[in-house]
Parts: sequence; C-alpha cells; structure tokens
Amino acid sequence: MEAAPKPGSGARVKAQGKKQKPRRYWEGETDGASLLPSNPFTAPAPTRGIKRKGEDHPQPRGAKVSKRAKQIQAFKSKQNQKHQRLKKDLRPNHKHELRPSQTLSGAQDPFPGPAPVSENAVNKFRRGSSKLVKKHPLKLATEHKLKAAADEEEETSVRAARAELLLSEEPGFLEGEDGEDTATICQSEIVEAVDIASAAKHFDLNLYQFGPYRINYSRTGRHLALGGRRGHVATFDWITKKLMCEINVMEAVRDIRFLHSETLFAVAQKRWLHVYDNQGIELHCVRRCDRVTRLEFLPFHFLLATASETGFLTYLDVSVGKIVASLAARAGRLDVMTQNPHNAVIHLGHSNGTVSLWCPAMKEPLVKILCHRGGVRAVAVDSSGTYMATSGLDHQVKIFDLRGKYQPLTSRALPQGAGHLAFSQRGLLAGGMGDVVNIWRGQGQGSFPSLDQPYLTHRLRGHVHSLQFCPFEDVLGAGHSRGFTSILVPGAGEPNFDGLESNPYRSRKQRQEWEVKALMEKIPAELIDLDPRNLGEIDVISLEQKKKERIERLGFDPEAKAPFQPKQKKKGRSSTANVVKRKTKVKDQEHREKVRQSLQQHQEQKHQGQQQKKKKKLKPPQSTGPRPSALDRFKR
Amino acid sequence: MNGKVPEKSFLALGQREEVGDLLKEYPLSASEEDEEDDDGERKHRKLLETIGSLDGKNRQRLAERSEASLQVSEFNVSTEGTGEKLELAELLASIKPSSSLGTVKKQLKKVKNKKTVELPLSKEENERIHREAAYSKTSQDMGKWDPVVLKNRSAPQLVFPLEQEQVLDTPIEEVLGGWKARTPLEQEIFNLLHKNKQPLTDPLLTPVEKASLKAMSLEEAKQRRAELQKARALQSYYEARARREKKIKSKKFHKVLKKRKAKKILKQFEELQKVNPTAALEELEKMEKARMEERMSLKHQNSGKWAKSKAIMAKYDLEARKAMQEQLTKNRELTQKLQVPSESEHDEDAEEDGGLIPDIVNEVQMSIEGPNPWMQKNRGVNTKASPIQKKPIASEESEPEEEEKAGAEEDTLLQEVEERRSLWKGSEVDQGSLQKGSEVDQRSQKQEYRTKALRRTKEDEEVLAELRTLSKHINEKDEKMKQEEEEHVSSAPASPSKPSIQREEQSLLDERPERVQTMEALEMLGMEEVSQEQKQLGPGVERQQQSSQTEQRSPPKVQQEPMIDLHTIITVKTHKANPSLSVPTIVDEEDCDEEVAQKQIIKEAFAGDDVIADFQKEKLEVEKASKPKDIDLSLPGWGQWGGPGLVISAKKRRRFLIKAPKAAPRKDKRLPNVVISEKRNIQAAAHQVNMLPFPFTHQYQFEDTIKTPVGTTWNTQRAFQKLTAPRVVTKPGHIIEPIKEKDVESALSHLGSPTLQRTRPQHAHHRRKAL
Repeated sequence: MEAAPKPGSGARVKAQGKKQKPRRYWEGETDGASLLPSNPFTAPAPTRGIKRKGEDHPQPRGAKVSKRAKQIQAFKSKQNQKHQRLKKDLRPNHKHELRPSQTLSGAQDPFPGPAPVSENAVNKFRRGSSKLVKKHPLKLATEHKLKAAADEEEETSVRAARAELLLSEEPGFLEGEDGEDTATICQSEIVEAVDIASAAKHFDLNLYQFGPYRINYSRTGRHLALGGRRGHVATFDWITKKLMCEINVMEAVRDIRFLHSETLFAVAQKRWLHVYDNQGIELHCVRRCDRVTRLEFLPFHFLLATASETGFLTYLDVSVGKIVASLAARAGRLDVMTQNPHNAVIHLGHSNGTVSLWCPAMKEPLVKILCHRGGVRAVAVDSSGTYMATSGLDHQVKIFDLRGKYQPLTSRALPQGAGHLAFSQRGLLAGGMGDVVNIWRGQGQGSFPSLDQPYLTHRLRGHVHSLQFCPFEDVLGAGHSRGFTSILVPGAGEPNFDGLESNPYRSRKQRQEWEVKALMEKIPAELIDLDPRNLGEIDVISLEQKKKERIERLGFDPEAKAPFQPKQKKKGRSSTANVVKRKTKVKDQEHREKVRQSLQQHQEQKHQGQQQKKKKKLKPPQSTGPRPSALDRFKR
Repeated sequence: MNGKVPEKSFLALGQREEVGDLLKEYPLSASEEDEEDDDGERKHRKLLETIGSLDGKNRQRLAERSEASLQVSEFNVSTEGTGEKLELAELLASIKPSSSLGTVKKQLKKVKNKKTVELPLSKEENERIHREAAYSKTSQDMGKWDPVVLKNRSAPQLVFPLEQEQVLDTPIEEVLGGWKARTPLEQEIFNLLHKNKQPLTDPLLTPVEKASLKAMSLEEAKQRRAELQKARALQSYYEARARREKKIKSKKFHKVLKKRKAKKILKQFEELQKVNPTAALEELEKMEKARMEERMSLKHQNSGKWAKSKAIMAKYDLEARKAMQEQLTKNRELTQKLQVPSESEHDEDAEEDGGLIPDIVNEVQMSIEGPNPWMQKNRGVNTKASPIQKKPIASEESEPEEEEKAGAEEDTLLQEVEERRSLWKGSEVDQGSLQKGSEVDQRSQKQEYRTKALRRTKEDEEVLAELRTLSKHINEKDEKMKQEEEEHVSSAPASPSKPSIQREEQSLLDERPERVQTMEALEMLGMEEVSQEQKQLGPGVERQQQSSQTEQRSPPKVQQEPMIDLHTIITVKTHKANPSLSVPTIVDEEDCDEEVAQKQIIKEAFAGDDVIADFQKEKLEVEKASKPKDIDLSLPGWGQWGGPGLVISAKKRRRFLIKAPKAAPRKDKRLPNVVISEKRNIQAAAHQVNMLPFPFTHQYQFEDTIKTPVGTTWNTQRAFQKLTAPRVVTKPGHIIEPIKEKDVESALSHLGSPTLQRTRPQHAHHRRKAL
C-alpha cells in the first residue's frame, strides 16, 4: 500500500501513449494536440497493496489540481520551447491553410481536434450556476461583460479539468472478501500486506511516563508534535523518525499545535500559552492567553484560536502577534473546540449540550445548536465543511448537516460514548472511546459516514487522549495515556497533494518561499463568516442605504423610471378623462405583463414538477383509436 | 419724347422748332438791342397765341422752356456756342430709337418683375448654419472610426503596434527548398528521406487549402458588386410599386386583387399537395392558425366598429347588408374546421366545447386545470360527494338544505328525463349491465339535485337537464376511473373479482365519450398536485380524500409542518450498538484517568433533562430581543386631568402607538434546535462591494462577473496568465503610430463583407505560383 507518492514519482505523469506515429521534427506541432506533448518519462503504475478498490472518480480539490498542473507545466516548459515558438509563428499566417486534420507534409493526425474533456470533470470546477434571471434584453455593454465572464469561467474550468489528468494517484479502500467484515481486519494483517514503506508508517511509541498525550500533525503531514500532560513536549519528522526537539516544560501541558509551518508550535501550558521553535527554544510567552485548554490554528488567516478555562475564546494573530478578538462564550469552561476547515469558523462544545459557532468579528455566536441531552464531549467537522460530528455525555454520536439546516442526519448510541472525534480528508470519521478507536466510512464520496458498521477498529494500549488523521497519508494518529500509536487506515488521506500549497517533500528553501507567499495571501480575520463566498456578493444593505441617502440629498430619484405622461392631443381628445384613460391603459398593460410573467414562471415550475413525477410514474395505458371529439359524449 | 408723344403735339413741336430756328437764323446782334429784342419776342409770342386761338379750340399749351444755354440740353436742342451749323439730317437721325436703350429696357423690365430682395441673414444665424453643416460633415467623417474604436475598446487585449508584421513571410517550402544539406549527417538523413519518398518541397494541398487559395479576383468582385446593386435597385422599384398600389383607394381594385391572390394561392396549394404533401400540410397548419386567430379575435364577426355601423345601415342599404353577409361568410370560412389529424386538434376541442356546452359539463375538468379557488370549492363538493355515493341511504341525509327548496315540478321533470335516458340506455346496454346502469342513474340523479341552480323554461330545462345528467355521469365516471386506477396502482395483484366489475363498468360506460378517458389519463399525471392543493385549501376535504384514497399519496412535505418537535430531534432514533467489536476495556487506568472517569460519571449523572427547556427559553429570549419594538408616544397627563392614579386610556395609547414594521422571518424559525444570529457582520461587510459598477443594473449581473477567482491557487498556470494578461501591451523597439485612414478601411472591410477578406490569401497564392 502506498499512502503517498514519492518525491520523484509524484510529479511524474503517465505517458499518454496515444500517438501512433512518431512525430518528425519538421512537422511542428499539430494544432489541436493535447495540452502537453507526450512525456518521455514513463512511470510504472504504482503497485497496490492488498484488496484495494479503485474508485472511478478521484476527487481532488480544485486548488490542488491547478497547482500540480502549474508545477508540471513549468517542468515541461523547457522541452517545449522550440515547439512552442514554431507553433506561435505558424498560427497567424496559415490559419486558413492548415487544418488540424492535415499537416503540411500530408501526414494525418490520428486524434484530430482538442482532447475531449468529460462534462462531469468540467462541472466540478465551475463556480455554481448563475442566479441571474434575464427578464428583458440587457444593455450591450452589460451583455458583453457577462459573456466575457462566462467565457472566462468556461475556459478556466475546462483547463482545470484537463489538468486533472496529472493527478496520478487514486484513492482506494479496504474491501472484505465476499462478506468479510473489514472491521475484523487488524493492523498486523494490513501491515503484512502493504509495502515496506507503508508498513513503516504503523508504529507505536511507548511513552508511559508523561501521561496522556495530545498530538498534532503539521499541515503538510510530515511532522508530528506530541505534548504529554506531564510536560513532555516533542516534535519530529514522523516518517523518517528524525527528532527535531524534545523538552520538558516542567508544567502541565493541555494542548499542542503547530503554527503555519513546522518550525513553530504553540503549547498550552498550565498558566500561559507558550510558543517554541523547532529547536525547542521558547520564543514567546503569551500571558494574555491564560489557562488555555484547547488550541486551534487557522492557516489561511494566521490566527491561533485558544479556548480557555475562564470561558474566553481568544484569537491571536501569529503573523503580527496581536490579539484580534477575545470573545466571552458565557458558557463556563471551554474544553471542546474544533475548526471548520471550509470557512474557518470555530466550533465550541458546551456542557449544556450545545455547540456554538464563532467568528472573530462577532461578539455572539453565529449559530447555536442544541446537539445532546448531556454535555458535548467532542466535535469534528469534515474537510468540506458539510458535516459535523458530535458526541455527548448521553453516549451518542451524531452527525449534523452544516448547510443551513443544522439538523442531525444520523446518530448512534455507543456503549461508552466517544470522547474524541476526527474527520479525515476524505471523510472517514474516527471516534475514540476508552481504549478503542472506531473508524466509520461513508457510502460514497461526499456522503456522511454511516455509523452502522465500523470500517476499522483498533484497540490501543491506553485510553485515547487525542485523535488526528495525518494529511495526505493513510494514517490515523492517536495519542493515548501510554504514548502514541500510528494506525494505518486505507483510504483516509487525499492521494494527491498540491506541491505549492502543502508539499510534504519540500526543502527548506521551498518552505521559506511558501511562507512569504502565504503571508502575502493572508486573509483578514474579519472576513471569517459562515458563508466564505459572501465576499463575492454585493452588500445589498449598504447599497440600499446609499441609494436612499442619495435620493434624500438630491430630492428626487435619478434612477426612477419616469411615470408615463400621455402626449397632448388636439381637437379635444386630450380631455382629462381621456388622459386618465390612457394612463390607466398603460398601467394595466404593465400590470398584465407582470402577471403574465409570474404565471409563466409558476407554470414552468409546475411543469417541471410534473415531468419529474412523470418520470417516477409510468404512464397509464391509453385507449388507442381515432382522436375523440368533444361532441362524442352526446353520441347515443 | 420717345415716339410716344401724340402726333399732333409732335407736329406742333416741329412747327415751333421751325419757327424758333427761323428766328435764330437771324439773330439780333449788338447788346443795345436786347431790350428791343425782348419786347419783340413777347410781341411775337402774343402773336402766336392769337394765331393759335384763331381756330377756336382752346388747345392745351405745352410748357416751353426757353432759357438760353450754351450746353446741349436734353430738352432743347440748341447749337448755341458750338459754332457749328445744325444740319437737318442730324435732327432726323435722333428721332430713331437707339439700339443701346433696348438692353436698358430689358433690364428695367427685369427689375420690375423681380420681387423685393430678401434681407441677408443675420450674422449669428449665418454662422449657425455654417456650424451645423460643418458638424454634420465632420461627424460623418468621424463616424467611420466608430467601429474601430468600439473594437479596440472591447478587445480584451491590445498589442501595440497594432498592425504586426508577419514574422514568417516566406512559406515554409521556400525555406526548406533553399536549405541545403551540408554536413554528412544531414545528407544521410536526406538520403533516408528520399528513399522513403517523403514529400519535402512540394507538399500536398488539401482541398480546403486549395479553396482558400482560390480567392476571388478583382473582376469577379466587381461583377458581384454590380449584381448586388442591380438586385437592390430592382427591389426598391418593386417596393415603390407596392407602395403605390397600396395607396390606391379604389375598393374594386383591391377586391379584384384579393380574389386574384386567393385564386393563385389555391392553385399553388393544389399543386403543392400533389408535389409535396408535407409542405401542403404545413400550409394547412397555417390556415388552421388563421382560423385560431379568427376565433380568438372574432375580427369578422359583427362586433367590430365597422360591422356595427354596417348593421345600423343594413336596414336601409342593400349594399351594406351584402357587405355584412360577406363578412359573416368570411368568418364562417375562417372558423370552419379543417380535418387534419394534427395534435393541436385536441386542445381546440377542449376550447370548443367550452363554447358549446354549458359550464356544468366541464366544471370538474376546468377545476383540475386551473387554480381557481371557486372551482376548487366545487370540486371539493364533488369529491365529497363521491364517497357518499357509495351509500345512497346516507347521502339523502347529507344533502344540503337548498336542494330541498327546489321545486317539486322540476323534480318530476327530471325524473322523466331520467326515465327517458334509462330507456335509451336500455336499448343499447345489455341486460346484465342494465341494473348497474339504473343504479348509476339514481346516483346521478341525486347529484343533479345538488348542481341545479338555474330556473328556466320547460324546454330549456329539459335539454339542460339532459346535459347535466350527462355531465354528472361523466364526472362520476371520472372519479370511478380514478379510484379504479388508484386501486390498480396501489394493489396491482388485487382481488380477482375487481377486474370483472371494471369490465362491466367499462361496457356500461363505453358509450361515454372516450375523450374523457384520455383526459382522465392525462390528468392522472397531475393528480398528485391537485390533491396537494386541496390539502392546502381545506382540511375537511383533505380528510375526506385521505379516507377515500389509498396510502400511495406522497407524505406531506417537511416544510408544511409547523415545527419539528425538539425532543424528537434530540432523541433521534438511534442504532443499537453492536457490541461484538467496539467494547472498550474499562479498567487498568492510572490515577489521573480515574479522576477523569469519576468526573465524567458525575457529569453523566447530572446530565440535564432541563437542557432542552433551557435552550427553548434562551431561544425565546433571543427571538424577543430581535423583534422590532413598538414606540409608545402617549404622554401621561396630556389632555386629561393629572394627579395620582393617572391612567392612560386604551384609546389614547392606541392612537399614539407607532407600530414597528414586521421583521423578516427568522432563519431559525422552523429549526427548533438552532439559534441563528440575525446580526450582520459589519466588519466583513466593509470588505464587500457596496455599489453597482457602471454597465450593470442588477447585483446578480455583477456577482456573475466576479465569481471566477483569478489567482494561481484556483487556476492552472495558463488560465492564470490569460486571466491576468495586461489590457495593453507595447512591444519594445516599435514606434506606435496613430491609426491611419487606410487601416480603418481595412478594418471595416474585415467587419463588413467576408468576400473581401479573402483577398489576402490571394497574394500568398500568387507568390506560391511564382515559385
């Protein structure tokens, strides 16, 4: 089992192997050839481990695809240069003469035209359908702009879909042989079946001295930080097992978290929040964040969110070292916290069974959801921000829909209740109860995990204290009372990573570059909101307000449609009654038009509904024969 | 003096001159004789006067001037002081009209004929006219730049200099041909290529390439242009002619024209039918459409203004009558139905029977189609009636009161009709089904009582009653059918007895129009919707329907339910844990863990039942806080007696209360377990766009244009480059010159005709030929 691609093979592309004729050097490039010419390198298909089911649709995030594409194109560009130039030169002059089907020399292109792209793949990259309803023809300029925007979107999405070809890795899951329950497969069996590199990813750290451990993986998934309750703090490259630092802070450690890169990490100690670097040197002691219980880092905003025993949620901007917001949750001690990776909203679990959603700009929770009868013990949000898993003191695990309704989708009672929950990148849910870790899996991509049957189970040596899936790896890390265990979970991680975003194999230089870029792209804290797309919308309330003020200032509405004023007619035809009549006529006409439109819409909706029903229902058999007339009913 | 002097005076003048001349021939010399001279003259004049008055007539005397002058006067001819002798011939010559005066006369005439000369325009006006003319001319001149400017403005990217020289001027073959293999390796390669007969210098041309090479020559273009011009001219002539013809007011002419046209069309149609039946069908459809239009507008019926006026005239005027008749025949012609087996027929049928049959017949069907609440109500009654029909005894009691008011004579009449109807039925329907038929009749009768509302004369009543019974039957049958089909759907392997009954009914009702069946079948598709609508309308109806209908109806939507119970949400049905796998061991913990466990146990013990109540209370409070509050402006003691125990009257309070506008419904209105904050994130709003940029008129238009992200994070490298390409690119080392007029022309030709565009490849072609 290969959990992640190697640095070498990761960037490679499978050869397309479609060209039948070798291309001659003087032929130039065919006009409609695919985006990239065939690659001289060929990478053998990665060998799969045991019983892996290949999924048809690898579902990478858009960003990942594009970055990959960029990287690889840069890699290719040197080879291409000559061809490119030739192509550019040829284009303007011989547009009419050169058809894609035939070259100058008369050789046939076996695959004429641009490479086909599946509509599904393109749809994935489209930015949602337009809300715009065209009622009447628009201005020419508007039309032009809208069309240009639509074209741009289409082109970029097609390009992104094309670049999906470069995602070489496919996800897969463990699959039982005819009715075999996958939960019965234990780690040792998996380790036996996979390749050595992957097998090495399953390991156990026996750290019985310093109590239950909190863990945290860095965003690239390469580094691991361990924080033992009794002051043991260590960070290391967990794949090579190279230790970066190991200290004892001589104080109780509540939580540990990497900041934007693996060089910095924050530790919530008994009194204050401390920041250390990768050599274990204490850089900062943040006294304004005292008695912190949980830490959460928002990578795109450079915010470290801390939840304290005193009931405060504090946002610390680590790029400038300023506290952005300190919010009183008014719900007692806060010790359950997680972030929604989709919109950077912080979820807090409270002892009264509610989960509250917070953003730094608002003094009150955005949403408050009553989830459990007892207190909330653990909260986790999946990577798409669609589902939230909660577990409470009532021994239940529930999955909530976060798309506006906040209603439970499924729930399940567990014998002891889950104390810790974690979502993987591909939507697996891990729950730690006592010393057992259960992993549940959804029916398909994008669906929530069904809690009926666990996908895998594993018994640890101690009680679970922290759970996290490693990004870009099929690994679940579990910190427990006797150390740390790394569990292999096939199909957990995203198989393709974005080399420019979070590259596990990046060098020091690359990291520095990335750091600068990330800082430049830092998102202001106040932009955090439930819907991250709000920024792309017009602030209607301010717009209205502005308009109102303008009207007040001017004394009239400059944009208002002038009321219809009938023309003056001669010969007594412009009597008051006549004028009024004409006015009402126009008014009625407008009204009728409105009604007609609304009716049309109504009917269309109805029609659609009917069609859907029609599809569901089979048409009842009809009597055949000549078409009856209305008068037939009077036949004797 | 110019010969227009009357003859007599002329003669007199001549005499006088002679006399004068005579006197002058002998001038009295010496100055001393002046006085004498004067006296002598006076005497002489007197003498002449007396001589003149001798003939008795008192002639008018012409004024005579007699000053002496040395100059030649225009009035008197004298030679005084000239020292020359006057000759007679000279005198004679002067009488003749001189030729030089002719031109003067002409000029004078012209001047006389001419009206008064207009005043020259004022300076300002003059200038204005000049300016206007100049403006129109220059704007016309500038107009030719418009397309270019527009193109450049709307272009996503402009690369300066605008016209780029082609990099590869020579065709590739030339380059290849000029190139010689020098090195041994190259020679070797070429040998190989030659051996394989690879085309090098003479590449094959595709037909497309050839076609593109074969561009239009100048002569051809000219010819084509001439043709186009000619066609345009012809068209304009034709149009002018048509306009002229249209202006002709003669009715007869137009009548003849129309007839001719109609004949022509008919002929064409007949031909078309033979040649191309499909086209003929299309024609027919057109006619059908005309019919529909006529039926819709009733243009040729007697409702128009013209028709009304004619109707008034018709009494006295034979022609008017004729015209009216003509129009009516036309109406008939147009509205006459064509027998075409087209799909549109069905709809028209539906329309037609709306006109022919009383409303009662179509009541139910209409109600199904349209969302008219009144009709719906009726429909509701009908549906209500349907279960009742099954129990005829019970139905008697449930009849509304107004039916009892109906006159007894009507009842008897209807009874008669029913009997007659059943008789008719009996003749057609076989014995077995007769019983059933009578049963049905009875039912229908009862229904009929309900529907009757109008009182008419006897004959009318009869006809109508028949129709009604029929309609009821139809309705009944509809419902029967519905029930049948429902049953059919719900219990496909139903009891074996049912089909037979169905068949019986089928046979019984076979005479009923099939159309209803098909309509029914159609409406079966829309049934579910109707049922849902009814549910919304009346709960009573809904209950009735639910009792009559089977469970196959879709369950009511979640949204329609008022509020989900909070308890149900919190205690969602849960799966039973399967204990085999996930049983954690509960012992062997260290001391700290024990503490935790203990805490947990305590927590669990006190796990609040009041959690839900608390939450509900909180939510209520939040809701209350978010509600806009009324403003009470009433002042205690104002306009009334003050003092202790002051009470503001309710009336006053009501009067001075400003009610707050109703707030929009909360987002969590239907979500019992959620409190969603209604507060606006002002800090985020500060980053949003709060104005609509220029060409957009609606927010969605603008949002559409900015929804695609531009950065590299979301795009491929190429897409990013394209999205962020600069609007203007200037190539270094080039002079950017302003657009010249010839560029504009070429651009125009680009935009205009595609024929001219092809001229460019022509050069290439020539070049190639030259090779």
